[in-house]
Amino acid sequence: MSDLHRGYLPHTAEDVRGMLETIRLAGGPGDLEGLFAGIPEACRLRRPLEIPSALDEPSLERHMRDLAGRNASPANAVCFLGGGAYDHFVPAVVDQLAARGEFFTSYTPYQAEASQGNLQVYFEYQSLIAALTGMEVSNMSLYDGASAAAEAVLMALSTSSRKRVVLSATVHPEYRDVVTTYLANLGVEVVTAPHTSGILEPATLARIVDDSTACVLVQQPNVFGCIEDLTALTAAAHERGALVAAAVDPVSLGVLKRPGDCGVDLVVAEGQGLGNHLAYGGPYLGILACRESFVRRIPGRLTGQTLDRRGNRCWVLTLQTREQHIRREKATSNVCTNQGLLALRSSIHLAVLGPQGLREVAESCLAKAAYARQRLLDTDRVGAAFDRPVFKEFVVRVAGGDAEKFADDLLAAGYLAGVPLGRWYPELDDCLLVAVTEKRTRAEIDGLAAAIDALPSPASRGTRHAESAVHPASV
Amino acid sequence: MRNQQSTRLLCELSKPGRRGARLGPNDVPTVAPKDAIPAHALAVAPPPLPELSELDVVRHYTNLSTLNMSVDSHFYPLGSCTMKYNPKRNERLAALPGLADLHPLQSEAGLQGMLQLLYELQGYLAEIAGLDAVSLQPAAGAQGELTALLVAAAYFRDRGEQRTTVLVPTSAHGTNPASAAMAGFKAVGIESDAQGMVDMADLRSKLDRQTAVLMVTNPNTLGLFERNIREIADLVHAAGGLVYLDGANMNAILGAARPGDFGADMMHYNPHKTFSGPHGGGGPGAGPIAVRRMLEPFLPTPRVVRHGDRYALDWDQPKTIGRVRSFFGNVGVLVRAYAYIRTLGGDGLADVSRHAVLNANYLLAKLRDVLPVPHADGCLHEFVGSMAETKARTGITAMDLAKRLLDYGFHAPTVYFPLTVREAVMIEPTETESRETLDAFADAVRTILGEPADMVQTAPHSGAVNRPDEVQAAKQQRLAWSAAS
Repeated sequence: MSDLHRGYLPHTAEDVRGMLETIRLAGGPGDLEGLFAGIPEACRLRRPLEIPSALDEPSLERHMRDLAGRNASPANAVCFLGGGAYDHFVPAVVDQLAARGEFFTSYTPYQAEASQGNLQVYFEYQSLIAALTGMEVSNMSLYDGASAAAEAVLMALSTSSRKRVVLSATVHPEYRDVVTTYLANLGVEVVTAPHTSGILEPATLARIVDDSTACVLVQQPNVFGCIEDLTALTAAAHERGALVAAAVDPVSLGVLKRPGDCGVDLVVAEGQGLGNHLAYGGPYLGILACRESFVRRIPGRLTGQTLDRRGNRCWVLTLQTREQHIRREKATSNVCTNQGLLALRSSIHLAVLGPQGLREVAESCLAKAAYARQRLLDTDRVGAAFDRPVFKEFVVRVAGGDAEKFADDLLAAGYLAGVPLGRWYPELDDCLLVAVTEKRTRAEIDGLAAAIDALPSPASRGTRHAESAVHPASV
Repeated sequence: MRNQQSTRLLCELSKPGRRGARLGPNDVPTVAPKDAIPAHALAVAPPPLPELSELDVVRHYTNLSTLNMSVDSHFYPLGSCTMKYNPKRNERLAALPGLADLHPLQSEAGLQGMLQLLYELQGYLAEIAGLDAVSLQPAAGAQGELTALLVAAAYFRDRGEQRTTVLVPTSAHGTNPASAAMAGFKAVGIESDAQGMVDMADLRSKLDRQTAVLMVTNPNTLGLFERNIREIADLVHAAGGLVYLDGANMNAILGAARPGDFGADMMHYNPHKTFSGPHGGGGPGAGPIAVRRMLEPFLPTPRVVRHGDRYALDWDQPKTIGRVRSFFGNVGVLVRAYAYIRTLGGDGLADVSRHAVLNANYLLAKLRDVLPVPHADGCLHEFVGSMAETKARTGITAMDLAKRLLDYGFHAPTVYFPLTVREAVMIEPTETESRETLDAFADAVRTILGEPADMVQTAPHSGAVNRPDEVQAAKQQRLAWSAAS
């Protein structure tokens, strides 16, 4: 054994000798190699792993700082990227409390007496999410917003014999991709409802939902940042007996009507914006909430309140007969954990914000997005794509048509200016999705507008689209 | 010393008008929501969240944290969960702004350091597995299982084969059959033989042209290496099926045996177990999968590729199954796994498994006379004792032992799993525990087994809570405070 990695291995040479002697006296082998005798020789690896040799802590830190330094981070670029992950402010109190080892290095609360802290956190998380979304029941969380959407669709399918699912084209394409992947082998027809100038019209949905439709998946605000008429969409689906699952932005609920108040049956959300770092895509927090009538079909863990033998209020994992370790192949899902640490972080975040704080963050996003939208449109380099009300995100068309190059040029100027939409919507390859959180300042927004103005002229100015153009339906 | 005022529910601590964070300073013209948002979408009031000061929140969560056991504070020999030490250095590194603050939709030009890290990690995981290609996308072990089974389904579909069943040993974790069902397969159980290994006769009888995949956990849930794994794999392959390895127990065999070498065609890792990611009270984990070359075209996209000295995301996989989650994956967990692997190096990883196996065998040697272990021979990183005999004699159950251990300052082992051992007590000490800790734990178990039954059956006697009424919890379904008192 080399010395470098001994930091995590506590035994002295004498410990190892003594322990092997104890093992030998109990009838076991007397050397380390002998402990592996149960592995047939034909299965043994008889060469060292081809992995670089150990690094001491200072060397590791130098190496990791070097890797980190070769990325465009907030230190050298202002972030206007959204598309399902947002640069919201994370208060220090979230990082500091969640870093406590008692939270960080514990595990699933199988032993309730040794886990009352976590269990109460999860009970409160479920309560906070129920209050935030206007639903009755939340689970203890899932992996991310997209897989939560897939689980919600599976829940809806499990409530009836219907085998058809309608996905709005205005739902985040990666969410739709995940739903489609999850349904690949389950004999379910997946239909996409096209958008009209950036929203799903309730009349369009009404034409597509039929009596065999189990579930409709919509998003509010949608992937383009536009505000949908969730109440009317829900009514159109319910008209044909289909359930509605809505993917929402939890931060928007400071100003937007709660999905529960719009009548939806299932709510999913990406909880990243509630106190969780961007971290190049994860770990994030999959929020799933539903009506009480669906509680026995909900996937994942649930915490319930009860009393102990002494009559004290306490919390336990509950309704476990839904779950895979008891029901095995008949379980509601294969999920066997939650995103505990992220659920904790989002709970702390919501607790320090409170209703007024959440409202202020949402109003700030609303105002800054409106300001940025106008400032960008005031340049002669972009035009509006959809003339719709938005919350914190909007789409612009890039004069000259190459949104990827436009974004690359602005990165060179120090701005992560937006998400080019061409990969998700090939017909929108001249479009950029711009997100503005409460963290952005007027100076940063003005700076982005100035950087756009300072870009060299595009080769061709003739392809600039008219504002508010009605765009062909996207699928 | 307990502060019971601060651990009341947040809704009980709330006071109208009290404020914590103010995060929405606005330096642009104010926009009234009613002017910008259509009436059908406008909230009449903010959600009914609790109203607290920042110190209220700090005291609340700080005091709640003290009601948990954790690896940082206690020995946590939770079998099959690999509760090893979570290095503090990894936390500082994962929090570097150049890693923690990267947006998932940044362009590749601004991601070269991150993509290099992920590319190298793909390579390390392939090398440790003895397999060819890796997807880092799955967010947890269970999602890795699902992903791999979806890959298998796409592979057979591509070959024009209709295969409908997945074989799962009855001793396997419940996620295996649940994942099989989600992937559209019928799960068929395979019995264990008297040594706890896959029953070869039962396997032969159930293996046929309908078999898509055999899911096997190796080392298995008893901590034993499947003696016949090569023969098992040969049988499955001869029937045209694939072998899936549940990598939950990789901590036993790092650098000692590779799944690809003993016949697995695909596997998942649990980096939060094997590679020291903190368990976070239940997550986040990650569930990267490794597969053989012929399965690579079906993996989720994107994966990281290298062109000369540039790293890029490869989306061009026409046969991909698609995505299983948004964005790249649980990158924060993967960064910690990378830091861990680089800290230990190849030789260090092999030492991890040697010491994990040493610790398990040492505890086994110290306990087997009082805690019978039906399948002790060849135990690797964990072992499963049985309280069946003690229960028959004294009435003390596995759960009683688990609860009483809490009084002695030890987290309980996993109990009642695997289902194939009666009154199972599954102990996995991991390599990061010292001899002194293992001795103290063994002493505690021995002491408890000599205590009067009623003392053990009414445990825990310390701590805030004693045996919550689970039946009542399931009956009354109080899942949120709005429905609670």
